[in-house]
Amino acid sequence: MTTDAAPKELLRVEDLRVHFPLPGAGLFGRSTAAVKAVDGVSFTLPPGRTLGLVGESGCGKSTTGLAVLRMQPVTTGRIVFEGEDITHQQARTGTFRRRMQMVYQDPYGSLNPRMKVRDIVGEPLQVHKVAASRSEYDERIAALLETVGLLPDMAERYPHEFSGGQRQRIGIARALALEPSLIICDEPVSALDVSIQAQVVNVLMELQERLKLGYLFIAHDLAVVRHLSHRVAVMYLGRIVEIAPRDELYRAPLHPYTQVLLSAVPVADPAVEAKRQRLVVQGEVPSALRPPPGCRFHTRCPHAMPRCKTDDPPLAELGGGRAVACHLHEAG
Amino acid sequence: MLLDVRGLTTRFRTERGELTAVDDVSFSLDAGQTLAIVGESGSGKSVTALSLMRLIPDPPGRITGGQILFEGQDLVKVPDAKMRAIRGDRIAMIFQEPMSSLNPALTVGMQVAEPVNIHRRKPWAEAFQVAKGLLSRVRIPDAEHRLQTYPHQYSGGMRQRTMIAMALACQPKLIIADEPTTALDVTVQAQILDLLKELTRETGAALILITHDLGVVARYADTVAVMYGGRIVEQAPAAQLYAQPRHPYTRGLLSCIPRLDGKAGERLVPITGQPPDLAKLPPGCAFAPRCSRADTACTASRPVLRAVAPSHLSACHHDDD
Repeated sequence: MTTDAAPKELLRVEDLRVHFPLPGAGLFGRSTAAVKAVDGVSFTLPPGRTLGLVGESGCGKSTTGLAVLRMQPVTTGRIVFEGEDITHQQARTGTFRRRMQMVYQDPYGSLNPRMKVRDIVGEPLQVHKVAASRSEYDERIAALLETVGLLPDMAERYPHEFSGGQRQRIGIARALALEPSLIICDEPVSALDVSIQAQVVNVLMELQERLKLGYLFIAHDLAVVRHLSHRVAVMYLGRIVEIAPRDELYRAPLHPYTQVLLSAVPVADPAVEAKRQRLVVQGEVPSALRPPPGCRFHTRCPHAMPRCKTDDPPLAELGGGRAVACHLHEAG
Repeated sequence: MLLDVRGLTTRFRTERGELTAVDDVSFSLDAGQTLAIVGESGSGKSVTALSLMRLIPDPPGRITGGQILFEGQDLVKVPDAKMRAIRGDRIAMIFQEPMSSLNPALTVGMQVAEPVNIHRRKPWAEAFQVAKGLLSRVRIPDAEHRLQTYPHQYSGGMRQRTMIAMALACQPKLIIADEPTTALDVTVQAQILDLLKELTRETGAALILITHDLGVVARYADTVAVMYGGRIVEQAPAAQLYAQPRHPYTRGLLSCIPRLDGKAGERLVPITGQPPDLAKLPPGCAFAPRCSRADTACTASRPVLRAVAPSHLSACHHDDD
């Protein structure tokens, strides 16, 4: 790679915490407890790369995405985007939002059924008053639709005339309208049929190459995340338990939770499945309201030691861009 | 043979005309076997399951043809009262949504004991004892106490365990599970499917697993039927289907999914186009509009499902090419 002047970091998240106070039983209904949906998450994302964020429901992956977009108040921590601290900006007013967009999970709920495709895709251009003239506006809509593999004349149609996969392309075209450098993708293919998922995954990969987009790719499907991501962070109960370059993480997962998670995903090949070592974990994810003390995974961990019940392991760097939060992998 | 389905056809009357959701579907199943029915939305896999249970809402739907031979009798023809006696006793079903398929106003104990009370005519006290045993069997801890609790006090995985306990209550010969783990997290999915598989192995019940997940099929199924546009397009023992898929749709499905052990970062090979609209099926092969091998034969006539290898069926005009 050549050295260039571009910033090495597109996005930096430092010790992010998002706590939801509960309507309390305390004096005057004051809150005494909080759901710690995101509880000390840090990562960085270089331009043009993809960081996959995986975990089971309630792990805080979607809340992390919303906090980065500044659509969710941050309790503590710092979010730096393109060198600018945006922690105290808001999604509605922040200038950064032209450069950071979102693709949603539900291709049905995320498009206004009463708007034509041209207005859905063009709304960001209108809000930010980007197009100088009507003809420029029309040209840009046509170009955006082509970019995601739709036909320019589809601009005059309404969302109900499209299938789930096509709707998701419309959502991607809308996200691209302002030429962002980062797109937060929250489960962008999980609502789609298997045969359609591949089409949308390919669109996302092509766009990244062509437009040098950065993706924060939030999903529960470990195979899809592996396919798209350069680095992957595994979350459990509001924390990152392991973060590593993709191939390392999938080839040799270090955290027991990552191991269990990967083992639980069946591979679409009976010959492979018959030979695979299976790790089975007991129980389910505990409530985020009362996360276990010490290591949050110790209640289900096959390797739990006495100290795991009391000492919370920090996310420790292991070199090679890997970090893991587990007493089994502490230095020394 | 425990179950022999022949030419099952289920049609629905809709605003857009009559459509055939399940079209001439045939398969059979032996005791202790697991058959997976895979397909995408609108393929007819769930309607097939509901047809087997005779749970198609009429109107708008109706089984218009075929036979469902179960333990020697044709379920299509049995009277409703008789079917109610079979349902939950000889054949049990596990639904996708454990949240909405349990009654929120009844204790878990009542719901698990109910089939024992109804079908086995056991007094409630005795039925509760059976229910307690069933809850421990599906590894719900502290079963005695849990009998008195309500579904909302359970997690998603526990609810699905409760559904399995209910399904097992009368030792059914056939269990139909329609996307039983789609609503659950992946570690819980593995627990539930492992449990279901283990229990069917112990009791000798046959299992029909309806799913869209080819990984789940690979791990748990003995035989697989692939559905597309209301029809079975390919059927084979699982190992053979994955090693030598014959139908272009099956091949397409297997090559378009990213695999944990596949090559990462490369373009996937998608199936072009959209799944078919059942109200507007083309006259020939339903997959023809998306198939790279389609020619005039494919748009002219429907290919029949025929043997292409021992116990391997495929419905394609071009299987010999």
